Amino acid sequence: MGFQIVVLWSDGLIWLLVAAAIGVAMLIAKSPPLLAAWRRVGASRVGMASATVLLAFILIGLLDSLHYRAQLESKPGKKAVYAVEVLSVLDALAAPLRSRNEKTYSAPFATRLYAKETIDVPGQGSVRDYPRLKHGGQHLGEREGEVAEDVGFTAFRACLLAFVGWLGVFGLVVAGTRRQGQVTLAGQTGFAWDAVLLTLLVIVLVSVPLFWLSGRYHVFGTDKVGQDVLYQILKSVRTGLIIGLVTTLVMLPMAVLLGIVAGYFRGWVDDLIQYIYTVLNSIPGVLLIAAAVLMMQVVIDTHPEWFSTAAERADLRLLALCFILGITSWTGLCRLLRGETLKLRELEYIQAAQAFGVSNWRIIIRHILPNLMHIVIIALVMDFSGLVLAEAVLSYVGIGVDPTMTSFGTMINSARLELGRDPVVWWSLAAAFSAMFILVLAANLFADAVRDAFDPRAA
Amino acid sequence: MLAYIVRRLLYALPILIGVNLLTFALFFVVNTPDDMARMQLGVKRVTPEAIEKWKAERGYDKPLLVNGEGAGLSVVTNTIFFEKSARMFVGDFGRAEDGRDIAREIGSRMLPSLAIALPTFILGLFVTITLALTLAFFRATAFDFWGVVLCVAAMSISGLFYIIGGQYMISKLWRLVPISGFGAGLEAWRFLILPVVIGVVSGIGSSTRWYRTIFLEEVGKDYVRTARAKGLPETLVFFRHILRNALIPILTGVVVVIPLLFMGSLLTESFFGIPGLGSYTIDAINAQDFSVVRSMVFIGSVLYIVGLILTDISYTLVDPRIRFE
Repeated sequence: MGFQIVVLWSDGLIWLLVAAAIGVAMLIAKSPPLLAAWRRVGASRVGMASATVLLAFILIGLLDSLHYRAQLESKPGKKAVYAVEVLSVLDALAAPLRSRNEKTYSAPFATRLYAKETIDVPGQGSVRDYPRLKHGGQHLGEREGEVAEDVGFTAFRACLLAFVGWLGVFGLVVAGTRRQGQVTLAGQTGFAWDAVLLTLLVIVLVSVPLFWLSGRYHVFGTDKVGQDVLYQILKSVRTGLIIGLVTTLVMLPMAVLLGIVAGYFRGWVDDLIQYIYTVLNSIPGVLLIAAAVLMMQVVIDTHPEWFSTAAERADLRLLALCFILGITSWTGLCRLLRGETLKLRELEYIQAAQAFGVSNWRIIIRHILPNLMHIVIIALVMDFSGLVLAEAVLSYVGIGVDPTMTSFGTMINSARLELGRDPVVWWSLAAAFSAMFILVLAANLFADAVRDAFDPRAA
Repeated sequence: MLAYIVRRLLYALPILIGVNLLTFALFFVVNTPDDMARMQLGVKRVTPEAIEKWKAERGYDKPLLVNGEGAGLSVVTNTIFFEKSARMFVGDFGRAEDGRDIAREIGSRMLPSLAIALPTFILGLFVTITLALTLAFFRATAFDFWGVVLCVAAMSISGLFYIIGGQYMISKLWRLVPISGFGAGLEAWRFLILPVVIGVVSGIGSSTRWYRTIFLEEVGKDYVRTARAKGLPETLVFFRHILRNALIPILTGVVVVIPLLFMGSLLTESFFGIPGLGSYTIDAINAQDFSVVRSMVFIGSVLYIVGLILTDISYTLVDPRIRFE
């Protein structure tokens, strides 16, 4: 079966970001002070543990950023026809989760629906009862009461397998660090391997059983239209990551360029740039975002001919949101960089360079920019978690991502009325909040480690 | 001092003009009034006559910036820019889509917003500063460490969770206070308690951590060492010296917020059904009522600029060394 690769705009940007990250890493490897700072991050146990969690999230997001359209079955010799639906590699991996929809709500690990229905029982006629789920716990057949045993046993086997797999990784790491003549796991390698391995153990001990069980049950239950909540969580990760990462990609060039130019050239350039960011700054962020998103929605609604698939439309709206968030958030970093540049340009080595007749742009690139890198890195890492949280709130308010796109905000939005139901439906909300909490907590802890390493002065 | 304030107010004018031009560009240049009419009337099955009628009723049928047909001043005044944007400077915000006067609506909704925002702000400030001071007092102990860990965890929880969870626990399960709504007069306090408590709790994590950093920075300074060296007890050092000196950085962040309290909180107000400015804005966003959103953006920026000026003035009150002459 063939397929056609689809590159959405956001996919392009996210892979560009990966490439940029590799490029920056190579630059950092050449710069001793930055390398030393990153070594300090690497030595921080909390930092490395949270980085491992973040990497797991990023892996999910990257898998979800490889899109394709499956080829439909057609007679041989005819031109291939592709499905309208745009899928991702993650969708393919999680195909059972995506396709095995129930009728409506079902609790985690339930075998029966959450609402009573009239069902035909042979020999008894029509009875009102909770019908069996089409997929969840189907393999149990008549032994419906043995869910707990079955889940426990499956989870235990999965944990064992996960542990064996982890031991393999553990052995590799030990062998690898030994060969370099370093002692591992005692905090002496200069890299917090112990934290990484421990976090990895927790991750596999959670994810492998989850993966195994999700093939047989709806681990986090299903939502109103019967879609698996775990699948929605996985899909939300990419949205959150894109908002957090692409937005910084958007604001970074603007903030760095304008900040340095304002601080270095001073005079009317400085006045102009200061004026621009004061104007942007003086509009409360949410309102500016709301206004811009509202306007963008009008553009999208009045030009339906621009988009061939719903995925493209949702994607463009997501990108537009990133741009708007970027435009509202570059001002803070810009002001910081301007202040620091003002300080730097008075230093002797810059004045020496000027006296030698080095061109302004060359001074900026060779001398000023490298000395501002720590501020940029700190600001970037610090912003990420705030953006993920902001996305949820904005989507909830209705000015975030497209309602058809899965994100933590849209999940919470569609689940909020369920708390008012009786009996209460709590699992989608709980799952969405927990996943978001883990992501943001990891990001916050990582940001702290980075800030400590790059800016030892701040407590 | 007076001269300084006047000068600051004059500086604010070009910024407000900038805000005005920006929102104007956002609302009328990115989308033409035709697009807006189509949105309001429904994108499908809309006739050109209906669009013209919609525009004429709301005064969007004029030219954007320059009216070529007018004579004298009306070349500039009889335009959308003048009618819809420039008039905001004198407090004329026009009418919302439902025909109500926006300025009057804002006036009546300011009080409920303040009733929520002011107690939340004051109580929140008190609680977080107390917590931060305690953490700083016990710095480098296990108490401090776990306090900071809790703060980071609290920061990582979505604000939505505090509201949804709080509402569910306190109002639905325990039935302590009404879930939402707003009452007039003294009866209002029953409706106010929950949003205020949730507002305070949701802010604890980030603010406590932030204030703790400020306090710790003060702790490391020379005058503190001097105070200790002359034998002052640690509590006195904290309350008389550190607290007072840490006020300036705290003020920077805080005073700017005060005028913005009028704007209310979008989330809290719409969740608790409080008829304030925040829920007004949310409703306007959902109804795609552009005139209301435009007015709120303008008011928001006016308040922000007022806040900045207040911040600078408050510096002089706290620290007599700072003079603006």
